[in-house]
Amino acid sequence: MWINLSALWKIVVFGLIAGAGLPAIFAGGLYALSWGPRTGKLATAGADAGDDSDVLVGGNVLGMVLAAIAFLIVLAAIGWGIYEVYQIGHPPVKK
Amino acid sequence: MLVLVVITALCFDFTNGFHDTGNAMATSIATGALGPRTAVAISGALNFVGAFLSLAVAATIASGLVDTKVVTLTVVAAGLAGGIIWNLVTWLFGIPSSSSHALIGGVIGSVMAASGGSAVLWKGLVSKVVLPAVFSPIIAALVAAAGTYLLYRISRSMTEGARKHGFRIGQIGSACMVSLAHGTNDAQKTMGVITLALIANGTLAAKSNAPIWVIVCCALAISLGTYIGGWRVIRTLGKGLVEIESPQGMAAESASAAVILLSSSFGYSLSTTHVATGSIIGTGLGKKGAKVRWNVAGRMATAWIFTLPSAAIVGAAAEALAHGIGGTLGVVVDLILLAALAGFIYYRSRGSKVDHNNVNAEWTGGVAPSEPAEPVAA
Repeated sequence: MWINLSALWKIVVFGLIAGAGLPAIFAGGLYALSWGPRTGKLATAGADAGDDSDVLVGGNVLGMVLAAIAFLIVLAAIGWGIYEVYQIGHPPVKK
Repeated sequence: MLVLVVITALCFDFTNGFHDTGNAMATSIATGALGPRTAVAISGALNFVGAFLSLAVAATIASGLVDTKVVTLTVVAAGLAGGIIWNLVTWLFGIPSSSSHALIGGVIGSVMAASGGSAVLWKGLVSKVVLPAVFSPIIAALVAAAGTYLLYRISRSMTEGARKHGFRIGQIGSACMVSLAHGTNDAQKTMGVITLALIANGTLAAKSNAPIWVIVCCALAISLGTYIGGWRVIRTLGKGLVEIESPQGMAAESASAAVILLSSSFGYSLSTTHVATGSIIGTGLGKKGAKVRWNVAGRMATAWIFTLPSAAIVGAAAEALAHGIGGTLGVVVDLILLAALAGFIYYRSRGSKVDHNNVNAEWTGGVAPSEPAEPVAA
């Protein structure tokens, strides 16, 4: 078999999970982080920071917790992925 | 003789790093997430680390492509010459062609010139090099398009400024992953070739893994090359293909890193260049209203198709010459010619200089900016 189909679909599926899924979780974290009065999103007072503000942290506690969880998931996934690659890439030496 | 070959191989690795910095860092530099100099420094360091991470690709090159029994040191040297020349020529024109294909093409050409087509393991070549070359940019484009779509969708209610700021931070992370991935794939190729030379010399048994000093030297050469930076290629990738915003940059880099790392661990020697280009095009497709410069993409694709055969021809010619003169002298003549050509190309490149100062200047249709560009904050 010239095309290794099982490797191909693995690359596509894991590629989508890691290459598109992780950045999406990161984006979700950024979004949650932006909740709160300081960025004007979900604002209780009229503290609209305007559209060109680059303030990242909105100040909403739930948002910050969710963001922290999202960022941790991304970091953990990267760490685990690197570990896996290392494992696969260093097969036990045959004596 | 062995020393000569190893040095040539390390030179190739240097041009490889030099040529491919753009893959990892072009988008970060283009969106301003990292200063050009910082970007190449980080990339160099991570390439070094990546080189240690996985050895699967080195194994493919060392034993999966050509019959190790017919390979001599002369053949390896000639193959390397083919790879280096092609890398330098494409660098001059700012075309992000595949260093991997240049190397593999060069080696295959010189093997064929030395002992005919039967010494090439065609099945290994097609299944581990040619097919991945076809599929990887498509997969990368798909992943990047999906990522871009998701990122814009999720972040659509954030302010423009916050989005830009946040994804710039994310981009630094994803760009680092690409550099790491590049080390796992590209540094491996030179390791594979040096291992091949050592096997040819009888220093190592057939099917051996790369010894530790080879890994260290290759890691050093590629990170040094990366640090010097292929500004021309960075420019084509970062500015020429699509105008990139930071969420797109992050999506492109994540897609590249994921695809390269996965393929590395399967031992596919794919081209990081092809993957990065596919990703960047993918981010253009995933965002409404983004324009892909298909003529630039087409020019690249043409270069890709020609890479394997052209490097093979140069490799074959170098082998014929070295063989004709014979012995160590033949190899030395080859290398002197190579050095002369490299000098000439460097000289030509001075005429239209692209460096960290003008790498982000407005795209005006060619590699070299048409007028003195504004300095980029470094």
